[in-house]
Amino acid sequence: MQTVCEHCRSVVVRTDVDLKKVGVVADLPLEGSPIQLFTEGHYGDKNFIVAGRILYQYEQGTWNEWHIVLDGGIDGWLSDAQNEFAISFPVTIAKLPPEKQAALGKSFTWNETRFTVVSRTLAHYAGVEGELPFEYWDKQEVTFIDLRSDRRDFATLDYSDDTPALYIGKAVEFEELRLRNLRSFEGW
Amino acid sequence: MADKRPTISVRSVNCPNCGAATTVRTFGHAVNVVCMSCRSILDAKDPGVTILQKYRKAVPQEPLIPLGTRGTLPGETIQREVVGFQVRQITVDDVDYQWREYLLFNPYHGFRYLTEYAGHWNIVSTVRSLPDGDHMPANSGTRGFDNELFRHFQTATATTVFVLGEFPWQVRVGDQVTAVDYVAPPRMLSAEVTADKEVTWSLGQYTTGDEIWKGLGLPGSAPNAEGVFADQPSPYATVTRRMWRNAAWLLAVATLLWIFHLGSARSRQVFTQTFRYDARQIQDASLVTPIFEIDGGPSAVRVETQTDLDNQWMGVGYALVNDDTGQSFEFAREVSFYAGVEDGESWTEGSRSDVVTLPTIPPGHYFLRIEPEGERIGKPVDYRVNVIEDVATSLWYVVTVILVMIPPIVTSIRAGGFESRRWAESDHGNAGSSDDNADNDDGAESDDD
Repeated sequence: MQTVCEHCRSVVVRTDVDLKKVGVVADLPLEGSPIQLFTEGHYGDKNFIVAGRILYQYEQGTWNEWHIVLDGGIDGWLSDAQNEFAISFPVTIAKLPPEKQAALGKSFTWNETRFTVVSRTLAHYAGVEGELPFEYWDKQEVTFIDLRSDRRDFATLDYSDDTPALYIGKAVEFEELRLRNLRSFEGW
Repeated sequence: MADKRPTISVRSVNCPNCGAATTVRTFGHAVNVVCMSCRSILDAKDPGVTILQKYRKAVPQEPLIPLGTRGTLPGETIQREVVGFQVRQITVDDVDYQWREYLLFNPYHGFRYLTEYAGHWNIVSTVRSLPDGDHMPANSGTRGFDNELFRHFQTATATTVFVLGEFPWQVRVGDQVTAVDYVAPPRMLSAEVTADKEVTWSLGQYTTGDEIWKGLGLPGSAPNAEGVFADQPSPYATVTRRMWRNAAWLLAVATLLWIFHLGSARSRQVFTQTFRYDARQIQDASLVTPIFEIDGGPSAVRVETQTDLDNQWMGVGYALVNDDTGQSFEFAREVSFYAGVEDGESWTEGSRSDVVTLPTIPPGHYFLRIEPEGERIGKPVDYRVNVIEDVATSLWYVVTVILVMIPPIVTSIRAGGFESRRWAESDHGNAGSSDDNADNDDGAESDDD
């Protein structure tokens, strides 16, 4: 795991018990999410707390992937693109499609759910904070492919590494997350 | 280790082109912001602020709802603020159609869109699920969504022609997407396809300008809606259904009464007699029958005239006279029968007998006055007159059926006219422009595995 020091913005990686500093991150660019570190919420019958985040930047703007820790210490991701939310978890599935095969409109069936590619995004890290369940350092521009089903299922194919990673979950509404400890906005 | 960050404050950017300050309303969401003074598109994320696109349209378009307006959209409980405005355009058969889109924002509940065309409004939100079955839009057919079937209305290339305010994505005048609309009034299911990159489905809810004006607390009144919009609910839809339902009930009742009437009619013969009429006789052939009784309640009475005419005609003037009251029902009948052989084929014309039903005759003692007339050639005619009381009649039933059916039929025709006007604006209207859109379908093709 890795964490970002609150005070000096150092990125610290924990490989065993020792933490070693691997770099320093810049201040996060401007973004408008109401969520912050330690925001709490609900997903299904579980509580979660926001432990970290990755801010991604792509040609159209930015979005957040909030690292959440659910009851029982399960790691998940709360995706927040202009207040459109989805919660997903890493899934191990053999023979994921190579990036070029997952064209817009292509469908794939995983866990008996048919997903269709709705966006292909080339993005890079614009900032990180808090704790992340993996080491993100020195990653460049990578492709993310979002898929949806006709039943609110949500999936992301992440081509950061040589073998694609798959995250599967559900699109969620702000209201059903029942979030606490949100940021406040002038005039609202 | 509580992370209580300070309230995020409202900021403004200074335009490098004209120097004017423009307030940013969506905090860190703003990717682009349009200078309120010179209308240049600025990079809201850049601390130094750069000009991304200079204003290049000669005629500015003022939003009907000013930026900064805050209020509650119909169907919602939270407030949103109008932060962005864009005009988009499609071209069909060389005609440009422009509509306006307002972007509304709440820092917690996110963005909603409000679209307006010719005074017709839709509240639009992106959806979390794809349509059932085929997940991608096409140029025809239907899509199921949220337990409803949406019919394809239009596929077109939408071009951004004017922007104002701020947007959480990159926006430029000249941006193009493929826009596909499916309708199930009062809702519209739309897909916007950016070639090879993204398909975004959204759901629009048709809303009147008055509701918008009320919700957002706008002064004055909303502009009147013109024409019929794609997902405008038909004013006839529920009325037509209700009228057909009522008509069905009335017809069922009328039919039961009719069947009961058919079964209960006694058809009792109260008078029968045969007379002979010889037209060659000079003297008056008028005659008066003996008195007979019509009993029961007022009922239909049938008068039959049965003759042995042979290539001749006769007329009979009848008067059914109530001997008690003197009330008289007069009616004239004409009977003719001709037959022969022509070119080896026999033919006949007319009939030897005649039947007439008098709808409502009160009970009482009656006699018939009969005045026959006919040709002064041919043989004498024997004719029998039968009077039958309490016969079944169906005319009232036929009239009732027609009267009951007229209102729903008229309303159905009007409803059909409304739907014709709706679909005339689509790719599938009579004006027929579906072929012209065949080359607009970049990225909108269904491409399922």
